[in-house]
Amino acid sequence: MKQRLMTALAAAMLVASPALAELTIVDTSYRTGPYGANGIPFSDGYQDYFTLLNERDGGIGGEKINLVECETGYNTEKGVECYEATKAAGNGALIYQPLSTGITYQLIPKVSADGIPLHTMGYGRTSAKNGEVFKWVFNYPANYWDGASHAITHILDLNGGDINGKKISLVYHNSAYGKEPIRTLEELSKKHGFELILLPVDHPGQEQKSQWLQIRRDRPDYVLMWGWGVMNQVAIQEAVNIRFPMENFIGIWWSGSENDVKPAGDAANGYKALTFHNLGDEYPLYDDMRKYVVDAGKAAGAGDQVGSVLYNRGMYAAMLAAEAIKTAQEMHGVTAINAAQMRDGMENLEMTEAKMTALGLPNFGPEFKVTCQNHGGNGFGAVSQWDAAAGEFKLITDYFQSDQEIISALVAEDSAAFAAESGITPGC
Amino acid sequence: MFYREAGDFKTSYEQDSQTFPIKFDRYRYYAVLVAAFAVVPFVINDYWVNAVFLPFLIYSIAAIGLNILVGYCGQVSLGTGGFMAVGAYASYKLMTAFPEVSIFFHIILAGGVTSIVCVLFGLPSLRIKGFYLAVATLAAQFFLVWLFNRVGWFYNYSASGQITAPERSVFGVAITGAANPPWSAYLFCLVFTVAAAIIARNLTRGMAGRKWMAIRDMDIAAEIIGVNPLKAKLTAFAVSGFFVGISGALFFAVYLGAVEVGEAFGINKSFLVLFMVIIGGLGSIFGSFAGAAFLVLLPVLLKNTLVGGLGWPTDLAAHLEFIIVGALIIIFLIAEPHGLAQLWRVAKEKLRLWPFPH
Repeated sequence: MKQRLMTALAAAMLVASPALAELTIVDTSYRTGPYGANGIPFSDGYQDYFTLLNERDGGIGGEKINLVECETGYNTEKGVECYEATKAAGNGALIYQPLSTGITYQLIPKVSADGIPLHTMGYGRTSAKNGEVFKWVFNYPANYWDGASHAITHILDLNGGDINGKKISLVYHNSAYGKEPIRTLEELSKKHGFELILLPVDHPGQEQKSQWLQIRRDRPDYVLMWGWGVMNQVAIQEAVNIRFPMENFIGIWWSGSENDVKPAGDAANGYKALTFHNLGDEYPLYDDMRKYVVDAGKAAGAGDQVGSVLYNRGMYAAMLAAEAIKTAQEMHGVTAINAAQMRDGMENLEMTEAKMTALGLPNFGPEFKVTCQNHGGNGFGAVSQWDAAAGEFKLITDYFQSDQEIISALVAEDSAAFAAESGITPGC
Repeated sequence: MFYREAGDFKTSYEQDSQTFPIKFDRYRYYAVLVAAFAVVPFVINDYWVNAVFLPFLIYSIAAIGLNILVGYCGQVSLGTGGFMAVGAYASYKLMTAFPEVSIFFHIILAGGVTSIVCVLFGLPSLRIKGFYLAVATLAAQFFLVWLFNRVGWFYNYSASGQITAPERSVFGVAITGAANPPWSAYLFCLVFTVAAAIIARNLTRGMAGRKWMAIRDMDIAAEIIGVNPLKAKLTAFAVSGFFVGISGALFFAVYLGAVEVGEAFGINKSFLVLFMVIIGGLGSIFGSFAGAAFLVLLPVLLKNTLVGGLGWPTDLAAHLEFIIVGALIIIFLIAEPHGLAQLWRVAKEKLRLWPFPH
């Protein structure tokens, strides 16, 4: 008991952090553990963009950005600890981007009580798209259900619009994350008449022999994958081993990074993955990034991830956060915004081609507009394909919209259930 | 000097067999209780409650539960994570099915449900022991996690398979949900922890505990002197399951608020609680607290020292944390194989003689 108190006291003295910048952004990253290989590039991109703004523009609207990093290890308990430790950092955290569906579920009630916006870009609770119920949660520009629909739409396009009687297997991470698309795929299978086979893979996903054996037996026409971390690499390797045609294997955007395909070598050529932003590093912004951040030795991590898929995604998330801050600053006429004003900025965020070109990122992401009712954007995404010889993912389609008819019905249903469960009266 | 029995006369049997026979220990115990109940709630904030106190209190209950089974009765169990999941899902089903009943009773009932499940999985212990029993309980771990992942009824058919604790209150003060004041969750768990410790302490020094220890030390000899192994082993599983279930329910409802069975109650959790018991000291209630404190507080302390205090990169700090905690576990176990509780006991013996050790 005494020991406990001593430890507690010692911890108390060390908790206080002296940073006093104006805009505090928390990066809840994971650079360790089974998902570290994917967490590192995302976090590097997220941090480097803010470093760039600090170095090149002196922050946003003249306010420097104070970036606080906290390691979660993709673990919900550590995620909660990080949230509690950082929410009051500086003048109060403006936005959380946990990059973990599990942690997102923990944080949704907490951020709603504390009044801090949560941006779950392409992950998290899909029905948070309904801003009337989830006031503090945003998941623009696309969510899992959009992703499920994108994959099916792509398959429809390949088959001339008719996939009746086709077999589609879903290999998924057996967690909240992996289960998200199931309901949408079930609805879509009713609509388009394909047969859906579900194959769960348990955390962390290193053992998938039985699932791929079943795929070999079932001979599905297409395989979809909702994987993360080491599960992706193993799945792609197993697909290679059973000689499954790679162009019929489509991963969600979290299953489409260089880390996932490179271990399988040339055999992974043709693997497809969805994405909601553009790829590669041939953008004017990257010249600045190299000049001000990487070459100046200020890059986060090892600085070797620039231009990789997940780096771009982390940078895209940071860019959207920065644009929301700008929007909030304009709306409220103050530069040192608080979390509530940040929320207003996110709710009125509009991404246009002109805006992205001005930032040096032409055609980097889809155009979308956030409203009070719609926190999830318009559901545009594209399909990319791995070119093993060139060593890069390339977009093979334009951005196209998901099946809004099915998804909006599901969003309304699930968010209404959440509202009833937690006693929220929907409204704007 | 001040830490000794001399002058503290025991005039009744109750006094003679009390938990803290030394006056100083007794007062220290009362002081800790007063501080925990009357001081900490006034100074606690969100960070302290969520990062330090709740995990410490909840893991302490789990460690006490497992200590009864492993430390007192000698039945190795690797199913703690699964049994905590039973407590969590039982409390979730109860909370959503009977919203009008107080969460206090739901938590206790969840402990009861876990107790029954634990007895079922304890049945093989009548035939097998040691490593073989560990493997049988390992099966319970995987089976239970699989069950809660597979059967929609347990998570009320939610799309993601997550369970989320609805907001519930006791005496009008919110306990679960995000809007609760930090002290309410803390006090709620503290009540359960203190009650668990007192019950466990009294069970283990009474007849039930003596039977368990007899079975642990030599089951055949225990049987010959009249201990019924069936009853002794199954009561150990039942009591252990009860505490572990309560800790699982609190872990889900009060601490995390939303859990996913594979992530929150995986095999790692079983090992974590087992390590707490081993590092703290087998067969000691104090050891359960010490072990929980060691494995819950040390990583938080290290993180705050390395990242907050010294400003090191978070990934480096996270890796160092593994190394330091791992090294400390090994050092502690080499220095004192009977755990922190034994260190504490030795320290007390020395204190008694201090400052004249001869």
